[in-house]
Amino acid sequence: MGVSDWIRSWPVYRQLTGADRLGRGDAAASPQSREREPRTADADRVTASVCPYCAVGCSQNVYVGSDDGGERVLQIEGNPDSPISRGRLCPKGSASKQLVTGDHREERVLYRAPYGTEWQELDLPTALDMLADRVLDARRKGWQDTDADGKPLRRTQGIASLGGATLDNEENYLIKKLFTALGAVQIENQARI
Amino acid sequence: MGSNMAEAHPVGFQWVMEAKARGAKVLHIDPRFTRTSALADKHVPLRAGSDIAFLGGVINHILSNDLDFREYVRAYTNASFLVGEEFVDTEDLDGLFSGYDPETGTYDTSTWQYENGFPEDSVESERHREQSAGEQHGSGGPKLESGTGIATDQTLEHPRCVFQILKRHFSRYTPEMVERICGVSREDFLEVCRAWTSASGREHTAALVYSVGWTQHSMGAQYIRAGAIIQLLLGNIGRPGGGVLALRGHASIQGSTDIPTLYNLLPGYLPMPDARHADKRDYVESIRGTHQKGYWHNADDYIVSLLKEYWGEAATEENDYRFDYLPRIDGDHGTYRTVMDMIDGKVFGYFLLGQNPAVGSAHGRLQRLGMANLDWLVVRDLTMIESAEFWRNAPEIETGEITAEQCRTEVFFFPAASHVEKEGTFTQTQRMLQWRDRALEPRGDQRSELWFIYHLGRILRRKLATSTDERDRPLLDLAWDYRTEGDGEFPEPSADDVLRRINGVDLTTGELLDSYQQLTSDGTTAAGCWIYSGVYAGGVNHARNRTARTEQDETALEWGWAWPANRRVLYNRASADPQGRPWSERKKLVWWDAERGEWTGHDVPDFPKTTPPEFEPEYGEAGPGALAGDDPFIMQADGKAWLFAPSGVVDGPLPTHYEPHESPMPNLLYGQQGSPARKVYGREDNPSNPAPPEGGGDVFPFVFTAARLTEHHTAGGMSRQLAYLSELQPALFVEVSPQLAAERGLENLDWAHVVTSRAAVDARVLVTERMRPLRLDGRVVHQVWMPYHWGPSGKVDGDVVNDLLGVVLDPNTMIQESKVATCDIRPGRRPRGCELLEYLAEYRRRAGVTVETGTHVVTAHTTASDAAATSDTTAPGSTGSHTTAQGTTDREEDA
Ligand code: SF4
Repeated sequence: MGVSDWIRSWPVYRQLTGADRLGRGDAAASPQSREREPRTADADRVTASVCPYCAVGCSQNVYVGSDDGGERVLQIEGNPDSPISRGRLCPKGSASKQLVTGDHREERVLYRAPYGTEWQELDLPTALDMLADRVLDARRKGWQDTDADGKPLRRTQGIASLGGATLDNEENYLIKKLFTALGAVQIENQARI
Repeated sequence: MGSNMAEAHPVGFQWVMEAKARGAKVLHIDPRFTRTSALADKHVPLRAGSDIAFLGGVINHILSNDLDFREYVRAYTNASFLVGEEFVDTEDLDGLFSGYDPETGTYDTSTWQYENGFPEDSVESERHREQSAGEQHGSGGPKLESGTGIATDQTLEHPRCVFQILKRHFSRYTPEMVERICGVSREDFLEVCRAWTSASGREHTAALVYSVGWTQHSMGAQYIRAGAIIQLLLGNIGRPGGGVLALRGHASIQGSTDIPTLYNLLPGYLPMPDARHADKRDYVESIRGTHQKGYWHNADDYIVSLLKEYWGEAATEENDYRFDYLPRIDGDHGTYRTVMDMIDGKVFGYFLLGQNPAVGSAHGRLQRLGMANLDWLVVRDLTMIESAEFWRNAPEIETGEITAEQCRTEVFFFPAASHVEKEGTFTQTQRMLQWRDRALEPRGDQRSELWFIYHLGRILRRKLATSTDERDRPLLDLAWDYRTEGDGEFPEPSADDVLRRINGVDLTTGELLDSYQQLTSDGTTAAGCWIYSGVYAGGVNHARNRTARTEQDETALEWGWAWPANRRVLYNRASADPQGRPWSERKKLVWWDAERGEWTGHDVPDFPKTTPPEFEPEYGEAGPGALAGDDPFIMQADGKAWLFAPSGVVDGPLPTHYEPHESPMPNLLYGQQGSPARKVYGREDNPSNPAPPEGGGDVFPFVFTAARLTEHHTAGGMSRQLAYLSELQPALFVEVSPQLAAERGLENLDWAHVVTSRAAVDARVLVTERMRPLRLDGRVVHQVWMPYHWGPSGKVDGDVVNDLLGVVLDPNTMIQESKVATCDIRPGRRPRGCELLEYLAEYRRRAGVTVETGTHVVTAHTTASDAAATSDTTAPGSTGSHTTAQGTTDREEDA
């Protein structure tokens, strides 16, 4: 590099002589920063989603790419099209990539036996089957055909559920439908809290 | 009020800032100076739990200075309706309304009825409360026998018209009273009044925003009623820039109320059937009056369509559409009652589906002791949360109250799929459904709730396939044939198919329905949630509408889909004057187009499309056809907004200031100290701090309140595990004023502990002028504030703030009073292990806390027969006798 090239590559020189007078764009770039790419550049696709935290309902763009380990979420950005959020996300919404990709996420069914002091693994179909037996048992133990006056109740007080405010409408629909058919009435969620 | 919007709903708050930039004035009335206050034009601190006194003061200011928007009030509210002669107000009963039964702690609402209105079907009032009856009206008003023929006085001068009753009821809510009760200076109060009332009339509106700072009180519904009364008096409902906006705190908490996982509701705010409903006809009659106005009159169409979706072919006219398959409720089956039942050994299995009550529900200890006494517990979550590991990390391990080796609860942890690994809709805070596309598949055993419930149901049905037990018929006959995607034994059910069935289908053609108005009660339509009918109108998933905001007008009807019928402003007929013209050019939203003979505008009109403004129904007509042209409140039984609620609110037809369950102050307005209808549970494991007239309150002299931080989310399960968020807010802290710090010897950044009769909780001290001591009725009251997101798990841990709270509920909603309690605060860390239990016991001893503390809810100096208020009350011999603590009842059934 000659001296004049060297001077010209000096950011202050570029800032004073170029169009970027405030030094916030091209003037401040280095060869290194020029080579950088947004992490969204490698995305195979972008899908539309909604922030899973509060009820403002900010719109998200989810960038998905893949490597040897399979498909991965590369980044989650605010969606500028949304009339609700105009592309903005708060710290929680901005952290939702970490929420879905972090190593805090459990991948396996875990089981703690009565009086147990540790978790143990269980395969998913077995766990579901064991659970189904227990649901029927608890239902039977809490079953009430009628009230004291002989009026039909057709219910069980043996099974309770809490949760729904973080779930999809379709999921809540099936939860309420299944539990109602089982006769379980103590079905609740955060809206009561 | 009751909201820290900049902190808890930050991206939504950009619109407040946008409005401010365009000249709107932003007032923040809240106990603490917060991020919202910092951006407001004015912050007015008030004592937590005193909001109704403040709002009542505003109502009084409006009415005594004739500042209401009279044309709106007369035409669109029930201001002119006459209330029956038997009604007696709190003015005359020392804080009780007529109809109070001290034995049950509930109201019989029959004396609150309109004149000429038919008496309300006598639904036994206690059960009404136990079933959280107030909350069942989430998409419209409670029933009236008749919506027409109610006596009115258009001059608003009749002493029994709602307008005059309102005037009398609030006359004692003077600026002086506001100052003494709330700690708000006269100048500040009047400044708020001036600003609020100036945003009224044809040209101006004001919006009112609240959050759980209002709902989580023993009279939370009445806080909201008080706010709504102001907004109605000022003509701010149904108009652009107006409204009462509830900001909700979870991605789909609105959805989980609309399509409820709640004990007292079926989808679309249809109530759960009660043991007294012998058949569907009984049930429908209990929802709507034979002659009432509006769309709730068609309740039969909604329930039959739901039953057809639930039981398909098995539901026929001959078998009453299998109404008998629905389980019946007959009391309180809410989450707090259920937890107590767990401790009492009456509940055997518990599902936690994306919720962490060990940290997130009031009285965490009660929650954890309940979980420790089950046969089995299922936890479905993204990560390991406290509720799944209570058997090894609950605070009760340290005190020896829970020991893993002795805890019998079998725990199943199922990892959940995240929001990007499944598709489906969330309903956000303004009733808008937004569809999420699936970005990728979950890993390992991670599955959606849709998958989990669908396959659990399938396996249960298989296990019972040969059963002949009548009890199993509802499960075996269930329509459980949702489309699935993928192969194998465990394919993913299709959320799209579920949404289609929620929307509803014409069973004769198989076509998707366009609107709830197409639903029928003859079994030819099936729809899972009538208010969501139309989300799939024309066979298009409108929740997936994503036209960019730059490509449509600011109403943005092409983004998502809001129930009902994609209307963005509810009751928007009220944005036009009685003649159907916009109140003003700049506040124009919908209007009557006389040429085309229909309502039109920027939003979808929330009114029968072709009913002209001047239309008057015949006397005795019913349903949507009975709505007059100036009845904008189309889900109300009389078409009007209710300043006075003749039914549907179980703790009074008008908001009344009562002190919180735990308070350092006597009620300065009435002898009745706390809400007389609040739900209390006097149990050893649920003690209350004393409040006047009980003694001992000085042991817990400070007002406690808690709330959120931007950087964490509720019980922390989705935030304390994230490095970014944990770094931003690494530790639990407690905010105190410099004066309180001096009084108690607290040092900034040092440890302190907060104490109630339930728990003691460690936190770092933050001494800040954000907390301001309040001067109340000649004394200084300090408030203490804590964020509540911490627990023993996660990258950052801390004590569980919710452990400080007890369980006392709003009788309308069965929501706990967690926004206000009393406490003590001391420097240094709390004792540990058994010493902690002794420390708390000593506090209770000093305060004289027993199982009865706080359970004697009636303190009004009135006679029981006055309160019953039959028209011929004479109550011989009882004059001057007081219904005192001894004379009332302990309302906890198991105590
Ligand atoms: S980004 Fe923040 S404000 Fe927006 S929905 Fe998520 S949590 Fe709420």
